[in-house]
Amino acid sequence: MTAPLTGARTGSAVASPPPPRRSGGGGIPRRGTWLADLAGIGPPVLLFGLFVIVPMIAAVVLSLVKWNGLGTPQWAGGSNWAEFFRDPVARTSVIVTAKVVGLSYVVQTPISIALGMFTAGRQRYRTLYATIFVLPLLMSTAGIALMWESLLDPNFGALTALSKSSHLSFLQQNWLGNPSLALYVVIAIIAWQFIPFHTLLYAVGRRQIPAVLYEAATIDGANPVQMFWRVTLPQLRYTIVTSGILMIVGSLTYFDIIYITTNGGPGYTTRVLSLDMYNVAFVQDQYGYASVLAVILGVIGIAVAVGLVRFTGFVSMASQQEGAA
Amino acid sequence: MSRPRAGRLVAFTLATVWLVIVIAPLYYMILASFRTQGTYLTANPWVPTGGLSASSYSTVFAAGLGRYLLNSVILTAVCILLTVTISLGAAFRIVRRTTRASSAAFVVMLFGLAIPVQAIIVPIYVLIYKMHLYDTLFALILTLSAAAIPVSVLIMVSFVRDIPRELIGAMLVDGGSEWTVFRRLIWPLSRPVLATLAIYNGLNVWNNFLLPLVLTQSSNVAVLPLGLTKLEGLYSINVPAVMAGVLLSVLPLLVLFVAMRRQVMNSLGGIVAR
Repeated sequence: MTAPLTGARTGSAVASPPPPRRSGGGGIPRRGTWLADLAGIGPPVLLFGLFVIVPMIAAVVLSLVKWNGLGTPQWAGGSNWAEFFRDPVARTSVIVTAKVVGLSYVVQTPISIALGMFTAGRQRYRTLYATIFVLPLLMSTAGIALMWESLLDPNFGALTALSKSSHLSFLQQNWLGNPSLALYVVIAIIAWQFIPFHTLLYAVGRRQIPAVLYEAATIDGANPVQMFWRVTLPQLRYTIVTSGILMIVGSLTYFDIIYITTNGGPGYTTRVLSLDMYNVAFVQDQYGYASVLAVILGVIGIAVAVGLVRFTGFVSMASQQEGAA
Repeated sequence: MSRPRAGRLVAFTLATVWLVIVIAPLYYMILASFRTQGTYLTANPWVPTGGLSASSYSTVFAAGLGRYLLNSVILTAVCILLTVTISLGAAFRIVRRTTRASSAAFVVMLFGLAIPVQAIIVPIYVLIYKMHLYDTLFALILTLSAAAIPVSVLIMVSFVRDIPRELIGAMLVDGGSEWTVFRRLIWPLSRPVLATLAIYNGLNVWNNFLLPLVLTQSSNVAVLPLGLTKLEGLYSINVPAVMAGVLLSVLPLLVLFVAMRRQVMNSLGGIVAR
């Protein structure tokens, strides 16, 4: 087990299949019965349809009614949607969400690329580093939130203790209770949780770049910096797109850490859209209006996914399917 | 090919800074979990002196952590079994048939990747409530498995598609049925990918918070992440107990990780990397 972490073998089998062949019947006798199709495709379609597709449609319908969850839903037409554009809390939530998405991307991407390049190296100590870097991925979001909450406690937290013993007075802050700090602290905790995952993605991506390219660049007299910009980054473009989209969709729907650490406060400074939706639905019992917020989240999610499909070539997989039918 | 020494030093330094950022909170948490309520308030949280005790661990077990642990294990095991079986079968049929219906199902799955759970949580809650499944583990099994279906099916389709069709053809010519092909060829070849998928889905299910929060209520069906926050509600001033709970909730995954480090890292990194 002393061998350095070699290229993700299982991973690459999953991740970068050879160019897809035309799949389908051609040449092979088709003897599958409709019963086999039903047994194979039925369960996922049923499960997925009932708990994803039906709720999607239901969310759109619910966004057009007024309902507190108990009585009969009352038709409301577009009034919930009109409320969204008048609601100052919703407006704040949209801005806070945009900040979380944007800042998360800007903070996490460069650090993940740098750490990914570092951990892609085959030296033994880098393998050790890579292993330790993964640890936050094993923790549940709830666990991470509770850990940071007590670490950042202004009275008994670890940073406060550090500031007392080291005279670094700036460490003594009400990190999660100060309206001008809380959002950035939350974004930092989110980064702590997710940078390990994206580091892993970039390390896998870096190892898949053929060594030949670097050899050629060396012959051409390129220095390491030039190699990074001219060889590594262009070769990582799919990883950059995939990681970026996961980051954007992930922080768009960010909920757990904020719910546990600040619950949107102080004031509304960390109230992201998903948290606003949760509160409107399950605290204020306004299922109709909450569905407006939910539909908005879903539409943005799908819009980002269409980007994923366009950029990463998943669509070629789908069209291969259709072409062979 | 050798990089200048200065560049390596900078890389090493920056990586070490990140290493400290990763380890410091974990170290703090481990240490805090071995305090009592009294020593937590008085001792320096960074130095392992001033009285350590394991009493918090018995406190959290007395508060029902064992039950949360059991619920999480049941939920995760059933979800893994369900998603792996379902997605392998579906991938096989999608690849073998490519009828219009199965391609349509495939495209729908693709879009399913993009729907955030938050966007559909209200109808899911209503649905589960109407099905009289509210506050049951079964509700979590169904919804978390459904959430894992798109990724699983997509990964399995892209894998099964690359199994040489000559092999399938040969088996059919030799008089094998579709079921023989599935059992003798597809299933054995897919096992490594299925392991990858199981780890990835398992982690997601184990750590999910929102669905248990919305779909369950009572302590006897609470899973670990939710249980931890219940613990916090119960012991809001007992930080060592909460930290001990968090640590115990990571422990099973840590054991898994130590036992199969490469497999875990490959499945996490490889599942979406292209």
